[in-house]
Amino acid sequence: MEEALLSELVAHDEITNSFEFAQHLNKSHQELASAISSLSMDEFIIAEHREQLVPELTDKGKEFVREGSPEVIVYNYVLNNPGVSQAQIQTTLGEVGKFGFSQAMKNKWIGIDKETKLVNVTVDHVDDTVKLQLEAFQRNEEVKIDELRKRKLIDNVKRSYFVIRKGPNFAPHRQKPEAELTYDMVRTGNWKTTTFKEYNFNAKGKYPAGGHLHPLLKVRAQVRNILLDMGFEEMPTNTFVVSSFWNFDALFQPQAHPARDAHDTFFIKSPEFANDFEDDYRQRVQEVHERGGYESIGFRYKWSIDDARKNVLRTHTTANSSKMLYKLAQNGFKPKKYFSIDRVFRNETLDATHLAEFHQIEGVVADRNIGLADLIGIIAEFFRRMGITDIKFKPAYNPYTEPSMEIFGYHPILKKWTEIGNSGVFRPEMLRPMGLPEDVNVLGWGLSLERPTMIQYSIGNIRDLFGSKLELSGIQSNPICRFKTDE
Amino acid sequence: MPTVTVAREDLYRELGVTMTDQEFEDLCFEYGIELDDITSEKEIVRKEKGEEAARGLDETILYKIEVAANRYDLLCLEGLAQSLRVFLGRDETPLFRLLPTIPTEVATITSATQGVRPYFVCAILRNLHFTPTSYKSFIDLQDKLHQNIGRKRTLVAIGTHDYDTIRGPFTYTAKETSEIKFKALNQTEEYTAEQLFEIYRKDNRMKKYVAIIENSPVTPIIYDSQGIVLSMPPIINGDHSKITLNTKNVFIDITACDLTKAHVTLHTIIAAFSQYCTEKFTVEPVKVIDPEGREHVCPRMDERDVEVDINYVNKLIGTNLSPDKACTLLNKMSLRSTEEGNKIKVRVPITRSDILHPCDIAEDVGIAYGYNNIEKRVPQVTTIAKQQPLNHLSDLLRAEVAQAGFIEVLTFALVSFEENYDKLRRERDGLAVEISNPKTFEFQIPRTTLLPGLLKTLSSNKKFPLPIKIFELSDAVVKDENAGNGTRNVRMLSALHSNTSAGFEVVHGLLDIVMEKLGFSFPGDYHLVPCEDPTFFPGRQAQIFSHGKKVGIMGIIHPEVLKNFELKYPVSALEIDFELLSTLIRI
Repeated sequence: MEEALLSELVAHDEITNSFEFAQHLNKSHQELASAISSLSMDEFIIAEHREQLVPELTDKGKEFVREGSPEVIVYNYVLNNPGVSQAQIQTTLGEVGKFGFSQAMKNKWIGIDKETKLVNVTVDHVDDTVKLQLEAFQRNEEVKIDELRKRKLIDNVKRSYFVIRKGPNFAPHRQKPEAELTYDMVRTGNWKTTTFKEYNFNAKGKYPAGGHLHPLLKVRAQVRNILLDMGFEEMPTNTFVVSSFWNFDALFQPQAHPARDAHDTFFIKSPEFANDFEDDYRQRVQEVHERGGYESIGFRYKWSIDDARKNVLRTHTTANSSKMLYKLAQNGFKPKKYFSIDRVFRNETLDATHLAEFHQIEGVVADRNIGLADLIGIIAEFFRRMGITDIKFKPAYNPYTEPSMEIFGYHPILKKWTEIGNSGVFRPEMLRPMGLPEDVNVLGWGLSLERPTMIQYSIGNIRDLFGSKLELSGIQSNPICRFKTDE
Repeated sequence: MPTVTVAREDLYRELGVTMTDQEFEDLCFEYGIELDDITSEKEIVRKEKGEEAARGLDETILYKIEVAANRYDLLCLEGLAQSLRVFLGRDETPLFRLLPTIPTEVATITSATQGVRPYFVCAILRNLHFTPTSYKSFIDLQDKLHQNIGRKRTLVAIGTHDYDTIRGPFTYTAKETSEIKFKALNQTEEYTAEQLFEIYRKDNRMKKYVAIIENSPVTPIIYDSQGIVLSMPPIINGDHSKITLNTKNVFIDITACDLTKAHVTLHTIIAAFSQYCTEKFTVEPVKVIDPEGREHVCPRMDERDVEVDINYVNKLIGTNLSPDKACTLLNKMSLRSTEEGNKIKVRVPITRSDILHPCDIAEDVGIAYGYNNIEKRVPQVTTIAKQQPLNHLSDLLRAEVAQAGFIEVLTFALVSFEENYDKLRRERDGLAVEISNPKTFEFQIPRTTLLPGLLKTLSSNKKFPLPIKIFELSDAVVKDENAGNGTRNVRMLSALHSNTSAGFEVVHGLLDIVMEKLGFSFPGDYHLVPCEDPTFFPGRQAQIFSHGKKVGIMGIIHPEVLKNFELKYPVSALEIDFELLSTLIRI
């Protein structure tokens, strides 16, 4: 059909009436219309919609063609039933009988005996001229239709058709464009003659079925890389439960310290107590709390071993760092740079910025004759690699470091100064009881993993980052983590 | 960190200098305190209770200032302004002294107190002149000290009295509640201690103080020579000796369970308020006789001399200061210092109980020098980076599981018993470590399996298109008698698949990939054994064995478990003891 339409346009440039063209092709106009619409879409042709009034068989006319005209039906009935009554004709033939009777009478094909009132034919043979005329009309032959109109066998109806001309993409032949390059095309070489459907580059592609890593752990990987690049050695931190001794006492945090309140710390009911520290070290720790030593006056209170043995969920990874430093002292001191990134727990009420657990990043440097200047230097280097170059330090209080500094950074994403971490030089009261030599200082700094991640990915609510309430679609669409540095 | 609220105009009057808010904020940053908020009483009420409630309230600008938790001397306007004046070079560190030097007043501690609240110290501030501002500050400071160093009065409790209404010698003793009867502060009549306990148990503010003492067979009580009750520590003072704006002479009593903290508290009050005495910075001592009959002069006013080597300071801070320069800096920090060769001799005033060690002195040198003026230095030592093998392996495998089409999630380690056991249709096996005091009800235990977190993740992701494939590789915690603290972490790998059908083959396939990537071959290195874990559907579950050890389990999650986690679609799951498996790896 498309081919016929295109070749007609090649021959005549225009098809003035698509309806007539369909008749000419002996196809329905509906069929042609779908070809027209498809060709118009690709602008092979331009089709203008038009309407015209044309005579067409009415339902009654169509019935005449199908059944014959009523007068012929009546004539045939009478011919086969001579001497039938008029009433009988109408009973048998119904509406057709009533209508055909009067027309057959008018045509003088039948007559009524005046005496008996019986009906008989008056001619031997009749032609169904009405039906023939209607059939001729259907065949588009020249027919006088006035009489047929009067009898409501033909009436005018509205008809849609198209005037068709060549479009901007007109070509004598059209191939339907293909969406895909297929195995068959490659095999047969059909791709050479195939036209391909144009892509819609405004739509997105199909999402691959692969998996995805979690945003927080992507940031963890980058921070790990930074610390490894800087020569730091990872500490074992896979112990969520620790004794208060390692979490607090070893860090010279007095037993009445507010942080040791049940408000802030998860205490363990079962197993309630630990035995994870050696007695001679315990004695030195107790001594430094109660009476001082190593040039310190201590806290001067009664230290309780029962408090120290209480298990807690660690409130900081420094609980693990203290174990590492103790071990380092036992094994003969060597300069070390340690780090860890792992979960810590705080007995907090949850809100948009606080969770009961979060990840702490911690760096520790132990060496002879180092101090605050080295801490400042190494922190600056660490944050430079995280993309934060402007930093400043504020004096702070931390029970186990002295001096202590809060770290503030001008954040390139937030475009303001913000606290980015905490740091300090571990107190001698913590280090000396471990057995670390007097000229050894230990520097430490820490920050949460969540905060830089929230800034990196503009996440406002921490619960959208960590926990079972976060949306998988967020993990799926989360970009790579790369800290933009000035290098 | 504790916060002190002061009126801006009062602060600048005390400082003798006016600054912009920004200048003051910068000063705070340098000194190591923090201007937390600029507000007013009206603004505070407006934020909490709305415009209506705030109408007509005081609009005086207030500074809320955060101070270090060990600087009790900064907990009131007087102390804060004193330190900042010295820091700004506008004042000298005051010298506090006893007047008279020999006590005339006496207080005795009886042995009855020793089992309940053994320590008692006291002092008298003579010829004070309160203004409404300083009076309020005096009351506020006691409250701050109660909360902070006093640990809500458990360790230290303070009573202050109009000395002119009472007469020594005083007695600090302890009696049975029925033997104590007096008119307590703001009560209209006398009650026995028993009755007062009853009254205060119904009072939200007071009941916690009753709780400190109520289980003791005796209750601490302070009397004057006429039997008038000064205080029933740590709960309430007597009404008779209450102080007012017009009080001229103040008797301060402090009872404590920690003697060091008792002295620090007393010194803090004296240091802040002796400036309002006619003889500035003086305090009248009291002779305190302890149960052994030993006599002590209170307050101690024991300023301590600390000698610090300049080399120690320079090394710790990273500076190259002369002893002379260091002394100048220390004087700014209210630490009177003099040089003696390479030594700096520091006199630690009574206000600076935070100074325990020469490192505290060195820090103050650093603060006065300016942390941001210290030259950056990177430690020269060469160290070699190293990863924890288990963490390294975990990261390698996480990438493989994600590449196999699973989305990584990260769920809380803390769950409820119900989630960890009941909802999984498992018996409570006693392996879980139990938390005693969670603020959030559902944080009862660290998980022993990662499954609850993963199932909860599914439950909150019902809009995500099926199939859903998620995993987590994290630590669970179990009890372990062989560990020093009775517990150990277990690194676990868990994965779920959810779709219109359970798809056991999906998690089975993941198991095969995991094993393959870790160098295990089937069936030589691992095999499956049918099992009956109630979490999983009967006949649709298997344990995973490797070299004779059970390393995991997988199966179709039981429909009742799905219901417990409010899930509609079937789920299959895999859980591997990754830590155990990692010990069996041979590549």
